Amino acid sequence: MSKAFLVLDDGRIFEGSSWAFEGTTFGEAVFQTGMTGYQETLTDPSYHKQVVVMTAPHIGNTGMNTQDNESKKIWVSGFVVRNPSPITSNWRSEKSLEKELIDQKIVGISGVDTRALTRHLRDRGAMRVGIFSGQSLTREEMVIEVRKQPQMSGSYLSQDVSTKKSYVVAAQGEKKFTVAAIDLGIKGATPRALSIRGVETHVMPYNVSFKEISDLNPDGVFLSNGPGDPATMTATIDLVRKILLAEIPIFGICFGHQILGRALGFETYKLQFGHRGINQPVIDKNTNKVEITAHNHGFALKAPTDGIFSTVFGTGEVTHVCLNDGVVEGLQLLERAAFSVQYHPEAAAGPHDADYLFDRFIDLMLKYPVAQRIK
Amino acid sequence: MARDTSIKSVLVIGSGPIVIGQACEFDYSGTQACRVLRAEGIRVILVNSNPATIMTDPEFADATYIEPITPEFIEQIIIKEKPDAVLATLGGQTALNAAIGLYELGTLAKYGVKLIGADVDAIKRGENRELFRAIVEKIGGESARSIICHTMEDSLEAAKKLNYPVVVRPSFTMGGLGSGIAFSEDELKQIAGAGLRHSPTSEVLLEESIIGWKEYELEVMRDKTDNVVIVCSIENLDPMGVHTGDSITVAPSMTLTDVEYQKLRDLSIAIIREVGVDTGGCNIQFAVNPDNGRIIVIEMNPRVSRSSALASKATGFPIAKIATKLAIGYTLDEIRNDITQVTPASFEPTLDYVVVKAPRFAFEKFADADPRLTTTMKSVGEAMAIGRSFPEALMKALRSLERKEAIFTFPSKKNDIPIDELLKKMRTPTEYRLQQVQLAMWAGATIESVYEASKIDRWYLEQISIINERAQLIAQPGELNADVIRSAKNIGLSDSQIAQLRSITEEDVRRSRNHLGIHPVYKTVDTCAAEFEAFTPYHYSSYEEETEVKPRTKSAVIILGSGPNRIGQGIEFDYSCVHASFALQESDFETIMINCNPETVSTDYDTSDRLYFEPLTLEDVLEVIHAETLAGPVLGVITQLGGQTPLGLAAGLKDAGVTILGTSPEAINLAEERGAFGEILKQVNLLAPEYGMASSEQEALTIAQRIGYPVLVRPSFVLGGRGMEIVYDDESLAGFISRATDITPDHPVLVDRFLDSAIEIDVDALFDGQELFLGGVMEHIEEAGIHSGDSACVLPAMSLSRDQIATIKEATTKIAKAVGVVGLINIQFAMSDSQLFVLEANPRASRTVPFVSKATGVPLAKTAARLAVGSSIAALREEGLLPNKGDGIAKGISVKEAVLPWNRFRRTDGRGVDAVLGPEMRSTGEVMGISNSFGQSYAKSQISAFGALPKNGTVFVSLADKDKAQGIQAAHDLSRIGFQILATGGTADALSAKQIPCTRVRKHSEGTGPLGEKTIVELINSGSIDLIINTPVGRGTRQDGWLIRTAAVQRSVPCITTTAGFKAAVEGIKSLQREELSIRSIQSWLA
Repeated sequence: MSKAFLVLDDGRIFEGSSWAFEGTTFGEAVFQTGMTGYQETLTDPSYHKQVVVMTAPHIGNTGMNTQDNESKKIWVSGFVVRNPSPITSNWRSEKSLEKELIDQKIVGISGVDTRALTRHLRDRGAMRVGIFSGQSLTREEMVIEVRKQPQMSGSYLSQDVSTKKSYVVAAQGEKKFTVAAIDLGIKGATPRALSIRGVETHVMPYNVSFKEISDLNPDGVFLSNGPGDPATMTATIDLVRKILLAEIPIFGICFGHQILGRALGFETYKLQFGHRGINQPVIDKNTNKVEITAHNHGFALKAPTDGIFSTVFGTGEVTHVCLNDGVVEGLQLLERAAFSVQYHPEAAAGPHDADYLFDRFIDLMLKYPVAQRIK
Repeated sequence: MARDTSIKSVLVIGSGPIVIGQACEFDYSGTQACRVLRAEGIRVILVNSNPATIMTDPEFADATYIEPITPEFIEQIIIKEKPDAVLATLGGQTALNAAIGLYELGTLAKYGVKLIGADVDAIKRGENRELFRAIVEKIGGESARSIICHTMEDSLEAAKKLNYPVVVRPSFTMGGLGSGIAFSEDELKQIAGAGLRHSPTSEVLLEESIIGWKEYELEVMRDKTDNVVIVCSIENLDPMGVHTGDSITVAPSMTLTDVEYQKLRDLSIAIIREVGVDTGGCNIQFAVNPDNGRIIVIEMNPRVSRSSALASKATGFPIAKIATKLAIGYTLDEIRNDITQVTPASFEPTLDYVVVKAPRFAFEKFADADPRLTTTMKSVGEAMAIGRSFPEALMKALRSLERKEAIFTFPSKKNDIPIDELLKKMRTPTEYRLQQVQLAMWAGATIESVYEASKIDRWYLEQISIINERAQLIAQPGELNADVIRSAKNIGLSDSQIAQLRSITEEDVRRSRNHLGIHPVYKTVDTCAAEFEAFTPYHYSSYEEETEVKPRTKSAVIILGSGPNRIGQGIEFDYSCVHASFALQESDFETIMINCNPETVSTDYDTSDRLYFEPLTLEDVLEVIHAETLAGPVLGVITQLGGQTPLGLAAGLKDAGVTILGTSPEAINLAEERGAFGEILKQVNLLAPEYGMASSEQEALTIAQRIGYPVLVRPSFVLGGRGMEIVYDDESLAGFISRATDITPDHPVLVDRFLDSAIEIDVDALFDGQELFLGGVMEHIEEAGIHSGDSACVLPAMSLSRDQIATIKEATTKIAKAVGVVGLINIQFAMSDSQLFVLEANPRASRTVPFVSKATGVPLAKTAARLAVGSSIAALREEGLLPNKGDGIAKGISVKEAVLPWNRFRRTDGRGVDAVLGPEMRSTGEVMGISNSFGQSYAKSQISAFGALPKNGTVFVSLADKDKAQGIQAAHDLSRIGFQILATGGTADALSAKQIPCTRVRKHSEGTGPLGEKTIVELINSGSIDLIINTPVGRGTRQDGWLIRTAAVQRSVPCITTTAGFKAAVEGIKSLQREELSIRSIQSWLA
């Protein structure tokens, strides 16, 4: 195994071994604390342009299978692990992780002191990073290469991850609702969660027009998760305002939550190192119940967490807050049918505690039926 | 929300003596509970019969009752203390059973006491197999197909439906007691028979076999507002078929995808809700079919368990502490995570390391016992290790066990390794199966062949093969450079393993490594994979880049713990280490604990200023010292409190330039080395039983003939009497030597004169170089020849005169001075015909330190720690840690009784192992009874240890010839107080000769009589006997006695095997007849 280097924006360099695809890659260095679910992480479009550091020390133990992919490809721009597994041991495994990474040309690095790296990112913040394996650059040259790369703040990435053409995920059993899902980097688990509730989901490209949506006459609109800086999403934000005016029920998650928030007039900001893991405690302020949730976000919404706020679309409130750091994790409008959460009720990977939010979406669509709107 | 302010006082129920399946993890959890409650300003009342616990220290509760944990005693405590609530979920199955007893007797309702932390219906739903099964079905889970049986006939019928093998699980027993796997009808008869007897409801469950499936355990917590979190997932390396307590286990789970893990999580949450565990922790076990992922829910424990302690240590999430807070009304989100200080407890810990737990067994103590691992737990302790990879953690865990057989070896002659034989052996799980696996793979066995034989998941086998491959590389000739050493360290090879591979010495490796500056770094257990800053220095080593040890300015003292529990070295030593840490913190030192036992209070991150969860080997300890020396001033290391483990390291540490605080390694050696110690005794004019040291069998025979039989033989350097035996003639001496020792000039065997019917005395004392403080003089109830750890003892000594005590003190002072003790010394004396003999001296904390401290109120271990860092007895008298004058004085009369694990072990033929005491220690724990009279204290100790002594009924007496003189008198007493006496053969003759009424019954060897007269064994089995006195004749030829004793163990009939014990029991019974046993708190005794 040849040496490989992980080079950070601030000049810190970690040495490891070449692993997976050999080459050079860049991205934003982020750490992910889930102990299970590396396959879902790799195939989650929200990780586009990010070099993901897994804090769990053994990665690849259960290999890769076709059922657990969250999209058609691996999105991470680089993968950092401590101990990659040389074999896979699971009855569903079809391929080894390393083989899959090589096939998809994902540069990796192994044998890194991932805990030291995580502590560094925690203290200094998420930053640009490069992985250099099989290269002969000097340390200085590598740092220079890293600093040439774009920052995550100000990145507009939806066109990279979104579907080019609309497609339909059928409802399981009797079809009860039609939902237009705006794909900003949607995961497979979301239409699945809707489908089992009798929803036919039309997954539409990021740049879908309001007319295309209203032509579908959907019961609701879903705003997906996805990569990039929400501040760059001006067109989508405008679209969401139109949907709000049309009083179509909206459910947004993650990136979609940030966009809904911006559409309501709130700011977004970049967190020091983000929330990426499947153990994050979030409290529902209305029920005081704590749910353990899957997170993957580097940006967050700035909104008042106490009391009621007013927007041009009427009053609203922050419904969910992260108990670790007080970050806004959910909001809803009180007079219109729109709500969103910063985390992933579809889980995959992660706990299913927030599954009820899909039911809430269904309830909302029942409460604000199409018929009423047309009237 | 916040806490329930109506609760102003809580009765906490402890778990009693350490037994297999219920060890010091419940001291850890109970101590946390007491701390939490007191911090909340709640009055704490505690009951626990185990004096060796931290929780029974007077300062941990407002009223501490060292009394039997039975509904009757607890009722008395409730009457006296009027608690608002009872907390029983932190004291293991013992506490839970006591609470159910109190509920069912109506005691709780009668006195208006509420049960917090669990309700009885929930406990029943969790523990009753039929109810639980219905719950699993209701929430959409699957249980193994099974049939409940109440009789043997039911069982045989059921097995036909389920097909062999079938798993037998008795209801309401702990640690899987009485359970097993039956492959045939014969085996089923044995196992189900025992199970029906052990189950308090005479109920066993027969189940389809899922042997070989993957096994998982999830630790779950729930609060009153229905917030639920999973604290930890644990995967068993040993697949289904081996009790979790006996399995090597790994956290977090390694071989599940998120989809599969979330299924287990969803099931766990649904189960805890449906069972209705309103607040607190529980664990749920699953089996997963490795071929298709089918999940079977095995069982749940609706309480804090052994696994909870492991999960707490493995994650940094203190389950017992949080369970206590939940019990008094807090919700998870209201409780802060101690480690991060900013985040709440309502989250799920995530690990960036791997934890491996390995069990420690004691089969060598039970020569007859079946060594196969089954669903009945047999291990007596465990070690846990943390690493940044599975190989690193595994290798550390194996060396933490302190067994040379546990450590992987890499013999250069691979062709000599019998692969086929190893593959065959590993089909049956035994203590060293993993070593068989590793060796077979080292010799070339494929992963598939090993998987086929062992069903150990291929992922683990691959990891072991990584270790083997790396070892192979290290063994290649070439310079031992930094790359080679780093690659060895990366997979956890120790210096000594590298040395073996390179045919050099461990010292050579250490020198090269130090020269190259290769040291481990220390990472932190922080619950969150570094997402948040950690404020608790709970560290483990790894060979990586960045260390997290923070600099400090205060002077530090490093305390070495005692490693995994084993027979002879258990909680008593942890008690002393914890006390040392407390005492030194109070006198402004920083304390640093090194230990690898996850069950203990010493490995609670709250106990010391810094905790290193590391193996107790010279290499690992030296590295911690190295790291801490870089961090700030280190005063030295305390090795005298953790038992033989740290003591064994003292000389090596000193050689490496480390300061040993307290008694020096040279002094330790003086006391331990028989020749040197003999010289000392000669100098100070003290007698020892005549002895000799033999380096060959012939020499041993010559010595024995010189000093005269009986003699006590044993290998040198032992703890807990390992491998000792009393022999009565040449033949048995030769037999023992060839069977039990590998006698060589390097490993000599000691032959001692055995003092028949002497009184044995145990002394714990403190010495500072000038003054001696006599902590306590205990008199053994069993005579010399029974290992002191297995002998009941009484404090104060009942049959010693004031002059004799003075003689003992004088002798103790002489020895302490001559050896050079600074701190604690324990000496065993024998008083034979008014002559004092010195049996042995141990210049360290002994097993009896906690007992003596409880009985006298003097904190011996704390004082020893202070002496070690330079204080004097005079100064500590001044300070008030010691009484201002005189020696330790027992308050009341305290009896310590040992608890023995006979019911855990069976021979390969399925019959019990012989329940007889001897010079080899076999007890796992101890209890204490305290009162104003010997009889009452003894009776209490018996109730705590074995269950009640009968007040009346039928007693069977069988005495060896040598015991007849003494035993007959006791039998006479029993007869006079109304017992019916049964006896066989010689004993019946002897009783009749003294006109003591007795009924003659048939020996087992005589068989059932012509008119169907039952033999004594049949009578025991039919439940007609209330008490058994059976003193053994000597080793071998004791078929009758052995059958009687094993029948007694299986029927749980009290069985006494010494005449001294017999006499004490008579005293106890008299006192039971005379009066109701009363209760009194330790605080009141010591006031």
